[in-house]
Amino acid sequence: MEPIMAIAVGCLYAAAIYMMLRRSIVKLVIGLMLLSNAANLLIFTSAGMTRGAPPLIPVGAMQPEGIIADPLPQALILTAIVIAFGVLAFAVVLIHRAYNIIHTDNLDQMKDTDT
Amino acid sequence: MSPEVALPIIVPLMTGTLTLLVWRSNMLQKILSIIGSIALLIASIWLLVSVKEQGHVVMYMGGWVAPYGITLVADMLSAIMVVLTGMMAVAIAVFSLSSASASHERFGYYPLMHLLLAGVAGSFLTGDIFNLYVWFEVMLVASFALLILGGERAQMEGAVKYVTLNLLSSAIFLSAIGLLYGLVGTLNMADIALKLSQTEHTGLVDVIAVMFMVAFGIKAAAFPLFFWLPASYHTGPVAVSALFAGLLTKVGVYALFRVFTLIFNQSPEFTHQLLLWVAAFTMITGVLGAAAQFEFRRILSFHIVSQIGYMLLGLALFTPLAIIGGVFYIMHHIIVKTNLFLISGIAHRLLGTYDLKKLGGLYKSRPFLSVMFLIPALSLAGLPPLSGFFAKFIVIRAGIEAEAWVVTGVALLVGLLTLYSMIKIWAEAFWKKLPDETDGSGLNQAMTPSLAALYLPVIILAACTLFIGLNGQPIYMMAEFSAQQLMNPAGYIEAVLGVKP
Repeated sequence: MEPIMAIAVGCLYAAAIYMMLRRSIVKLVIGLMLLSNAANLLIFTSAGMTRGAPPLIPVGAMQPEGIIADPLPQALILTAIVIAFGVLAFAVVLIHRAYNIIHTDNLDQMKDTDT
Repeated sequence: MSPEVALPIIVPLMTGTLTLLVWRSNMLQKILSIIGSIALLIASIWLLVSVKEQGHVVMYMGGWVAPYGITLVADMLSAIMVVLTGMMAVAIAVFSLSSASASHERFGYYPLMHLLLAGVAGSFLTGDIFNLYVWFEVMLVASFALLILGGERAQMEGAVKYVTLNLLSSAIFLSAIGLLYGLVGTLNMADIALKLSQTEHTGLVDVIAVMFMVAFGIKAAAFPLFFWLPASYHTGPVAVSALFAGLLTKVGVYALFRVFTLIFNQSPEFTHQLLLWVAAFTMITGVLGAAAQFEFRRILSFHIVSQIGYMLLGLALFTPLAIIGGVFYIMHHIIVKTNLFLISGIAHRLLGTYDLKKLGGLYKSRPFLSVMFLIPALSLAGLPPLSGFFAKFIVIRAGIEAEAWVVTGVALLVGLLTLYSMIKIWAEAFWKKLPDETDGSGLNQAMTPSLAALYLPVIILAACTLFIGLNGQPIYMMAEFSAQQLMNPAGYIEAVLGVKP
């Protein structure tokens, strides 16, 4: 399972960076979205995947038996998804406002504040 | 239980919430904002005092002992940073009384400002690497919204760059956390440090270290990752620029100090050597960028970049004296840089522009303001007896002792070029005659309470600069204490985990 996930993560990063390098501001946001998803999947993969072993302690026992799936990465990913969601909502509103004010979605034409 | 560790986070969060509750009344928001920032300053001083007594102050959130729960840890560096946050909070809150326009206030200026402060304080105090990520995001979201208050074209363009590069940095940070967790299986920074020191040092650790360096390097605006900063910092409302200039990049620097003294300290010949070159290029590109500028706040923005280089130099040399220099530099820089931005705001209030070509005549009509400008400006350039002289002196002396000749030479040269930029501002905005096309009627406005609210923080911060310059010993002792702690990560690990590594 891990090799497939690793390839998927790599493809997501590549797609994200490709999208971010495009001129359009909408594609930039799509790139950011893919990037945060890639990072989430990376956490999931690198923390190790265990199939069919929920982290449950049997009745009467003080600790789980055998190898169990690590629940912490999923908690991390959940937090990261929520944060990414909020930030992306902001980014979408920002590009909408920016489009209304600058009247273009081309990043090449947003050079006024550069030197 | 040590409530003082959590208070610098809780106080601004509470203030932010309360200002939200009185959304309709600007007056109440202002009062709450002042009270909240003073309370933050008091809480942070309490923390500093108790850190001075105990060394490390640790609090386990929810009673979950490390490494299972989230830990808040304050060592001397965190405490110093939190106190500076409190000082800047008060300065900016007072300045905002008069500088924030009603339309900014209506769109949540004060709640956002305090949310930002909570994010900054949280980043300084957390002992958990994932929690650090969360606080970074709290800080970022608040800063995004603050930056675009007003919604002008330049702000939108600046914000697009600021948001993109900061989200990129967050994604890299998150990926690095994921890989690190896969390697050591823990998130508590002390526990990570302990486990990494026990396992074999492989190439993967260096890869993760460089990922952290890139992520924090973007936040800290280090070379070659600083381009978002000069593109965005000069666009926001001036009080916001000042707050960002003082605190936000320093969160990145703090994170670099924390991570590269505590966690990735096994192969300094690779990581810290890399940082050394990053520091040299950061200094030189920042100061050369400033030399080409003719806008008050843009010059100052580029100088943030070059000053970050000095702090990184302190970290990169990785000797006790260099770390002292780095910490001292951070303290000096936050005060001075915020002050310079505030003064640019006063100049804007008087003459309605930030363009140096249109500014002028400030020395003739406002000699006191000019002196208030000279103190932080010359301090930034490193002239004795101001705070910047001692900050630079310690860093450069550490460079000479470490025999890093090239970088030390660069640091000295950059000091000279900084002086050039500051003199350019002095000559253009203060010394030369007011250009004919500029409307100079604002120069003669009377000292109303509104103008006094702009002057007050500037005077206090300039006094702090003078104090550090003339009576640097207690500040140096604090920096020395924090350097001792940073160079001895075993103390941090023992304080958090309760075991000797």
